[in-house]
Amino acid sequence: MSIECLAPGVATLLQDAGRTGLRRHGIAQGGALDPWSFALANLLAGNPAGAPALEITLLGPRLRFHSAARIALCGGGIEAEADGMPLPISRPVDVPGGCVLRLGRCREGARAYLAVCGGFRVAPVLGSASTDLRAGFGGILGRPLRRGDRLDLATDNAAGIATVRFPGWWIDPAFDDQPRGGDRVVRLLPGSDATTSPGTLFARSWQVAPASNRQGLRLLGDGIAAADRKERVSEPVVPGTVQLPPDGQPIVLLADAQTHGGYPRIGHAIRADWPALAQLRPGDRLRFAPCTPEEARAALCRQRQRLHRIALALDAKRALA
Amino acid sequence: MNEATIEPLGEDALLLRLGREIDPAVNARVHALARRIEAARPPWLREVVPAYASLAVFLDIDPCTDAGVRAFASAIEWLRRQLDPALSAELPGQARDPATIIEIPVCYGPACAPDLDDLAAHAGLSRQEVVALHCAGDYQVAMVGFAPGFPYLIGLDPRLAMPRLASPRTHVPAGSVAIGGAQAGIYPRASPGGWRLVGRTPLALFDVSWPSPCLLAAGQRVRFRAIDEAAFEALRAEAAA
Repeated sequence: MSIECLAPGVATLLQDAGRTGLRRHGIAQGGALDPWSFALANLLAGNPAGAPALEITLLGPRLRFHSAARIALCGGGIEAEADGMPLPISRPVDVPGGCVLRLGRCREGARAYLAVCGGFRVAPVLGSASTDLRAGFGGILGRPLRRGDRLDLATDNAAGIATVRFPGWWIDPAFDDQPRGGDRVVRLLPGSDATTSPGTLFARSWQVAPASNRQGLRLLGDGIAAADRKERVSEPVVPGTVQLPPDGQPIVLLADAQTHGGYPRIGHAIRADWPALAQLRPGDRLRFAPCTPEEARAALCRQRQRLHRIALALDAKRALA
Repeated sequence: MNEATIEPLGEDALLLRLGREIDPAVNARVHALARRIEAARPPWLREVVPAYASLAVFLDIDPCTDAGVRAFASAIEWLRRQLDPALSAELPGQARDPATIIEIPVCYGPACAPDLDDLAAHAGLSRQEVVALHCAGDYQVAMVGFAPGFPYLIGLDPRLAMPRLASPRTHVPAGSVAIGGAQAGIYPRASPGGWRLVGRTPLALFDVSWPSPCLLAAGQRVRFRAIDEAAFEALRAEAAA
């Protein structure tokens, strides 16, 4: 009833839906950076949408399953094989005890999620299994997966799996209707600090810088100027906040965002676009588009409805199986 | 001074701003407002996050129902009504109650205070005078942020104000007592940082195993007490045990 890490990948972290209600203590929300792929992986594995799962960044780990398990991989177009057999993503997969799961590159994004039926047995810290890398707690001792780590599985409900197998159906993992290729479009609610000309931010294309991480995406492009250069006192910021440091290169805060910040806030990436932000790799390009609160709400509700429909369809499949 | 505003902060939070400066009176009003909102316990309240002159209110409301949309609008109205009294209210806590001051032992020895000489030179004071002024201050935790348990303290003697390092250190030891401009703070955990390091406390400021993980909370009052290296080591051993 455990998984052993044979090779850790670039940055493989235990994550769940994050910590809420602790920002007053300086504690970040954290949790899965791409909530869509994370929820989907869990639903496919037969878990509640917020169960702890492994978040894989760019290049995945090699794992040995010491007991049979039903798993699901979602997001990032990740390459995967089990005992040498290529695996599909966005489907449940049964793996037998002793199986070695080799996860490769994320070909279409930056992050993939591995969920295991029953979830990982991990002691929550401050109400969550999420790894807080900056603070060094949660998940696996507050750090990424290492070679030799063993992750316990919460339940044994995969008896009778003797070979790698997966059902003859899958789900369409698209979370929105944006076309592939070209600049990714990220919708912004206006922030409290305007830029010199409101259109400037939306007129140009930005490139994701290598220094990006779970705390924020650093963007590179023709710098833009804040409306004024006066000093600001630190105020609360949230995941999605777009900050503008003096060098004019915006930073989009992500799930591990610090709780307070002193830079001008020029916008807020809408929640429905957080999955897309999480999948951007260094070098990828994005463009911002203005958005109203009503549009943001409608987009979020569409995404939730889609997830609900998928959950219902999966329940129906299981009832028939 | 009616400059109180309320504005959205992303999709599920609102920012209530009572001013735009680091001012102990404004900060006291922020904490009074935070306490009043929490005491009222509106059913939609998830969390109040105070800062220097503003506070964020996080709402736990489902935006995908009509009832949720109405609840959000009425929450904004309710919060707006809290703003005016927050600006005009008499401030409590002006009478200093020594029992509520939290004392932080600090070692100002050279090993713990790499920037103390620079600060003394900058201020035109001796090391001893800097330590005496630093310990004489009555500080208030304006907010906890940046990192888990990091207290932003106001109340630093203006003579001790000094700009941050031009280039931040890559490693600041845990417990470092620091000065950044007119602000004082304590690094709970080893991290990079650009503030001037003037001492170190053996106390733990943050521990996930505590019922409340932070030693200090916004609104509390703090004073520093000088200890020598031997006391520092003894207290540190005690804290680690």
